[in-house]
Amino acid sequence: MSEQPSIFDILGPIMIGPSSSHTAGASRIGYIARQLLHDEPTKAIITLYNSFAKTHKGHGTDKAIIGGILGFGPDDERIRDSHEIAKKGGLEWEFRFRGDSTKYHSNTARVKLFGKKGGNVEVVGASLGGGRIKIQEIEGFPVDFTAQSYTLVIIADDIPGSIQQISGAIAEKGVNIANMFVSRNETKANMVIELDQALESEAQEKIESLTWVRFVRLVEPMMEHSSRYEK
Amino acid sequence: MEFNFLADVVEYCHREKKDMAQAMLDYEMKNKRLSREHVYEGLKRVLITMEDSVEQGLSQMVISPSGMLNNWAKTVYHAPTETLGPLLKKAVARAIAVGEVNACMGKIAAAPTAGSAGIMPAVLVTMIEEHSIPRQKILDGLLVSSAVGLIFAKNSSFAGSEAGCMGETGSAAAMAAATIVYLLGGTEEQILEAVGFALKASMGLVCDPVGGLVEEPCTTRNAVGVANAFVSAQMALAGIKSLIPADEVILATKEVGDLMSPRLKESGQGGLANTKTGREIQKRVFKPAE
Repeated sequence: MSEQPSIFDILGPIMIGPSSSHTAGASRIGYIARQLLHDEPTKAIITLYNSFAKTHKGHGTDKAIIGGILGFGPDDERIRDSHEIAKKGGLEWEFRFRGDSTKYHSNTARVKLFGKKGGNVEVVGASLGGGRIKIQEIEGFPVDFTAQSYTLVIIADDIPGSIQQISGAIAEKGVNIANMFVSRNETKANMVIELDQALESEAQEKIESLTWVRFVRLVEPMMEHSSRYEK
Repeated sequence: MEFNFLADVVEYCHREKKDMAQAMLDYEMKNKRLSREHVYEGLKRVLITMEDSVEQGLSQMVISPSGMLNNWAKTVYHAPTETLGPLLKKAVARAIAVGEVNACMGKIAAAPTAGSAGIMPAVLVTMIEEHSIPRQKILDGLLVSSAVGLIFAKNSSFAGSEAGCMGETGSAAAMAAATIVYLLGGTEEQILEAVGFALKASMGLVCDPVGGLVEEPCTTRNAVGVANAFVSAQMALAGIKSLIPADEVILATKEVGDLMSPRLKESGQGGLANTKTGREIQKRVFKPAE
């Protein structure tokens, strides 16, 4: 039996309007970019593609993405005032528009974030409708994950035995790997590992300490982080 | 636990001697490994969000960024003339309220979509206020609505881009009609009749939003969806039958959705969006990107 929908897929999401794809989904892409930066963002360069580029104003896509970058969940009413809040907090941003890309899904955003500590990250995500999203690129590597479960993203030198060492560090903590995707370019490998539960920071640090590992981030599932529970 | 048709849900109710709300509670608890309290906690959050969105639209200034919506909910709520008594007038105002809040980047619960988010709250608040149904019972009404939404999603589509507005306000009206029948003591069979009536009235409804925004005609279609829900529930509770069973009507919405031109499915380029006035509004609202 395949996974059955939840009644809360029908009665929900609880979200800031007006559009589950152009507002709720957009905020999630910004939110994931923030998690991948793993720092307080000071600058954002955002490229909106296709339908996002054409209709962002009327749907508040620009406010939603900045809200996500500030760490607001898709149901956080501060999204409406995200530009003012970002200005006060010292976040600079710039929007670019590509209304005619054939490479990307109709509702796609590229988010490049620069952090306080000097790091930066570039993420491409698409909004699929109903608030669901798909992350398609990280640091130029093609990826494909929905951030509905804990997802570990690793970029490392492409050396033999790397997958065994990383999966070993995860298994050591008794955490199940639900899915694992690997992609490569000439010198580096990207791993996206979906986990059944959170990974202790100790295991993350262990992976990070491997000399051939360049980048490790744990993306937490969106629903759990939503501010809906604050009420 | 799997329900593929409304008939499966009814069969489960009869076999287990449970009502449709209990059937959906079992469904969610078993499939998502949740406690009863956890499910009701989630339903309560949905209801609170719905009530707040109605309240906001009726009390605060709501003018959408495009200017297309301008405090209509309050205008209807306080209108001196009532075509069918205070209940319908208030219910209609409540649906518009949520549409306005949504357009103004307020918080709403999609049910089943953001574009159709006004119908369920309008019906539920009206059942609380005008029919004095206790809020705990309303949560069971939400469970019943989820049965209809679940089966509709499996056999048709909520997406305006696939099934037009039939998939959005049509399915929401069917969910709401089922809820009304349940809350007023109807049988499982009567719930299904109401679903049939509501969907037949929405058959072929296109999605033609002006400027591609969730405002015109979405907001007033939500209001009409509320009337559809009450009328459909009224017929079902009186005991008349939809000659085509609800499950078959849902399958027909899928066929009709597939046959509809893509221009009439959320393209923002057909129907009302493509009228002289619709195109003028679009030009005014959107400055071209780049």
